[in-house]
Amino acid sequence: MMNNILDVSSLVTQLRNGARIVDDISFSIKAGETFALLGESGCGKSMTALSLLRLLPDGVVNAGGTAQLDGVNLFDLRERDMRNVRGGTAAMIFQEPALSLNPVMTVGQQIAEVLTLHQGLRGAAAQRRSVDLLDQVGIPDAARRMMEYPFQLSGGMKQRVMIAMALAGQPKLLIADEPTTALDVTIQAQVLQLLRDTQAASGMSLLLITHDLGVVAEMAHQVGVMYAGQIVEQASRAQLFARPLHPYTQKLFAALPGAMRRNQPLTAIPGNVPPLGSITQGCRFTPRCDRAWALCSEQTPGWTVLDGGRGVRCHLYQERGARSEDREKTPSPPTPLPQAGEGSSILDPRSSILEVSDLKVHFPIRKGILQRVVGQVKAVDGVSLEIPQGHTLALVGESGCGKTTLGKALLQLIPPTAGSVKFDGHELTGLAARELRTRRAAMQMVFQDPYASLNSKMRVAEVLEEGMAALNIGSNSKARQARLDILLDQVGLERTAKWRYPHEFSGGQRQRIAIARALAVSPRLLICDEPTSALDVSVQAQILNLLKSLQRELNLSYLFITHNLAVVEYIAHEVCVMYLGRIVERGTAEEVLRSPKHPYTRALLSAVPRIDGSGVERIKLEGDLPSPANPPQGCHFAPRCAHAGESCRAGYPPATSHSATHTVQCFLYGPDLN
Amino acid sequence: MSFMPVILWSDALVFLLLAAGISGAWYVRRREHLLLPWRRVAQSATAMVSLAVLSLFFAVGLLDTLHYRVALPEKNGSASVYSPEVLSVFDKLVTPLRTQTEKTYSAPLAVTLHAKESISDAQGRVLRDYPRLRYGGAHLADVSQRDGDVLWRGFKGAMGGLVVGVLIAGITSLLRMQNLDGNNPPQSPLVRGNARTPPLTRGGWEGLAHLKKYIDSNYALIIAFIIIAALIGATASLASVYHVLGTDKVGQDVLYLSLKSIRTGLIIGTVTTLVTLPLALLLGIAAGYLRGWVDDVIQYVYTVLSSIPSVLLIAAAVLMMQVTIDTHPEWFDTAASRADLRLVFLCLILGMTSWTGLCRLLRGETLKLREQEYILAAQAFGVSTLGILARHIVPNVMHIILIALVMDFSALVLAEAVLSYVGVGVDPSMISFGTMINAARLEMGREPMVWWALAAAFGFMLALVLAANLFADAVRDAFDPRLNRSEGTA
Repeated sequence: MMNNILDVSSLVTQLRNGARIVDDISFSIKAGETFALLGESGCGKSMTALSLLRLLPDGVVNAGGTAQLDGVNLFDLRERDMRNVRGGTAAMIFQEPALSLNPVMTVGQQIAEVLTLHQGLRGAAAQRRSVDLLDQVGIPDAARRMMEYPFQLSGGMKQRVMIAMALAGQPKLLIADEPTTALDVTIQAQVLQLLRDTQAASGMSLLLITHDLGVVAEMAHQVGVMYAGQIVEQASRAQLFARPLHPYTQKLFAALPGAMRRNQPLTAIPGNVPPLGSITQGCRFTPRCDRAWALCSEQTPGWTVLDGGRGVRCHLYQERGARSEDREKTPSPPTPLPQAGEGSSILDPRSSILEVSDLKVHFPIRKGILQRVVGQVKAVDGVSLEIPQGHTLALVGESGCGKTTLGKALLQLIPPTAGSVKFDGHELTGLAARELRTRRAAMQMVFQDPYASLNSKMRVAEVLEEGMAALNIGSNSKARQARLDILLDQVGLERTAKWRYPHEFSGGQRQRIAIARALAVSPRLLICDEPTSALDVSVQAQILNLLKSLQRELNLSYLFITHNLAVVEYIAHEVCVMYLGRIVERGTAEEVLRSPKHPYTRALLSAVPRIDGSGVERIKLEGDLPSPANPPQGCHFAPRCAHAGESCRAGYPPATSHSATHTVQCFLYGPDLN
Repeated sequence: MSFMPVILWSDALVFLLLAAGISGAWYVRRREHLLLPWRRVAQSATAMVSLAVLSLFFAVGLLDTLHYRVALPEKNGSASVYSPEVLSVFDKLVTPLRTQTEKTYSAPLAVTLHAKESISDAQGRVLRDYPRLRYGGAHLADVSQRDGDVLWRGFKGAMGGLVVGVLIAGITSLLRMQNLDGNNPPQSPLVRGNARTPPLTRGGWEGLAHLKKYIDSNYALIIAFIIIAALIGATASLASVYHVLGTDKVGQDVLYLSLKSIRTGLIIGTVTTLVTLPLALLLGIAAGYLRGWVDDVIQYVYTVLSSIPSVLLIAAAVLMMQVTIDTHPEWFDTAASRADLRLVFLCLILGMTSWTGLCRLLRGETLKLREQEYILAAQAFGVSTLGILARHIVPNVMHIILIALVMDFSALVLAEAVLSYVGVGVDPSMISFGTMINAARLEMGREPMVWWALAAAFGFMLALVLAANLFADAVRDAFDPRLNRSEGTA
């Protein structure tokens, strides 16, 4: 029988004013196992980890409970002994690799620091061990990389260095706080694989903190689902994914977008995670739970242990188990939606409202005293696409591939270098500012970060009115106010919201305001730049539902820029896959996602963690996205491609058609190979 | 009419600033999110105490800004003839201090002059002795009674001040408590006060307990207020018969000079911002938002300007102006208006040389802001550049402007002292801390030393600048988004 590395019981962490952030949490991790803490933002996951290492920020105190790490009670240690634990017995890696390395120390020095502290290695011995560690985490040419500074490494490499630093102390427990959230899917797949491999090799335990069900499905042995400071359900991965018990967990699963749910609205969880300490009586999920009854709001549910060692904190499963059987019906599947453009999936190119051909956006690189142009960053390099009325085109790609630049260039926020953008038959490039203004209303943008996209100094009404005033929509302020009411109704906000300031709203509500702002000028095309990537899963579902219903009501077209393939499957009619400024594959969502042709698309699809565990054969993608200032010769993807041949390095492949809608730019399908 | 109001240039500018300040406060009052940082300022005891001290200085400065000329008894036909001397309301209030001048130096609270003189007594003999002052302690029959009299008068004045202070503090506490309870707006989510009945309408004991709670929460402010009241009481009581801080070379009361200097310091500290602010704001955000050649030109200008030694620039400008003023005596009907014009020009010149720092700050902030998505959204609507600058950029850099202004204030007050000391500051006839120090520096070498003029200038300036600095610190903390992150997104 394996013994437990970490035993946490009744851990309580609270603010000085008494509001509990972490409320009575107990769990244990066996040696060599991975325990995943799953939950939305603000539910206390990170605070749990910080409590364990006694690294709580000012104003937050540990108010009870015990934590035994490898037989040592962490909360009884003196601060000096605690320092040996941090980085020694228990190491931690953080979400943002760019911020967790010291920019003025070389990578080697930073690893050596840990080695000196916890292993007593110095000088040459520390050097050798550092190289070993960097090798171990899969950094090529480790001896040279040792001498480099963090800014010379890519995001994925930095996270590898962080892992190497964590491993330097030979920890028995590694705490990983959202280790891959800031990384692209292909890099995420590499880092998760690395974590699994190191765990297998060293037998350490892993406390994985994440909000991503896919990551949990790939990594975890045991899962604890957190909600508002409490663990509401704990089970093995198999148990949890086979049959989630707590209504919250069930809803989390149901809120995931995907191809299966295409024709139905997602089961969004209404409302938001309650603020700290606002609910003291009863179950904290009651206000958002559709299976709550009187008891739920009166009495706090206890921890119920069920067969198979799993546990749940819900009244549904307490003593009156027999009675709860009939309650435990799966929520009825939502009724299918009538689809707007779905019936006629053969696209009529004549109805395209946006036609882009050979669009290029190059940024000059200037150097020297005279600021001469020495090169071009080809952020967008010859992109052509069409969007029909009422359809959604998803633009998929990793960060740095130029998708956001493309979106801004379409709106003429960045002047394109070459090519044409035709909206509704009218050319937009090269228009004077005044002529452009008359066309602005038809095309609007929804941004990624709902906190940065609203001016916090303006009231909602002023935010919404700004566009109408600039484009002279609505004859007088009375007409505009009436329009505001309609808009707020459309996006599902109360009419009184317009007198409030953005900081009074949650992230999801702010994104609704941002959508309403774009809709205020009655656009026909919305460019949505990662509109849900800053939101929690349950809120993401609300926004996706909203976007879909708006499309149905207003016959809107969307250009959906995203890296989240599950969202693409759910919302898109057509998909363009972008790599280094060019589109490498395009087709209907069905074609591209079910039978991907381009090796990059296939790698991208296989890198996405799947919750059903039906592992597509994993295609490992080496290295990182090359710099668009200096793209590789020939096919841009050739250096990372397993199928690359001579011709790939010689020239850029032409487009090959697989069907009326499906084209790929790859030599594998070139006429000479067929 | 027995007097004619006179509005000097600096007075007009002060009134302009005052109007701007009041309307700004009115605007902020009605906007909860703008009010929030000020609430944090109000919660800081240091800030409120330093604000109390500052407002005392401001009150003196404002009273000293209301100028007038009195009518002389003789008439020129039907038109009144006014005295060439411009007085202020403050001068009127402290008339004895202004008019009771001695012959020359006398130490604080002295009854005799500082140096021995030859005096002829009743018998016609000539003695070398310290002559009695004309006003200071003139009511005393004998010099030896002074100590007891000073103590008694000081004590009496302090007690009087204490009683008045306690009374005012008590009444304002009660009134404010009433107001707070009455005005609790239930619809505002940010004010978390439960609706309570006004304490005066409830039973006596409960009301008293409530009052105690209020006093506890404003302990520091009330104590400071009472101490200041006692201090003023004591000074006022003593000043009526003594020269509390002594007299200077020509026998003027040093306390009067120090109090008059406050206005000069305040005007330098505030009116200068009228010049710096538009320049820094306009150029800073234009450079940051428009980039390109506009940015290049503006950066070039402020880099060059900040490379020139500012004392040199100021000295050159002041001397040029002095020559202009001297060659055109017909522009000025009184000596005060001539000195005043020089003060205003000094503010202008100081402003022209000190806008670069704030401008650089604002450019940096705007560079960051212009990448924000709400700016992009506004651009996508085709909002004009001016519209974006006015609606999105300016409100979002306001906190930096505010912090910079309160921080610069104390630096400017000190700069005036240094410049006047060097001789390129205010008009020599204008009373200011700098001219006081300049006059006193020569006397430091005298035996026995004349220290009080310098000490008075030092003490008053320290109090003013320290209060301003402490207040500025509190304002910066309250407005710094990094220190208050948790509240803003609640």
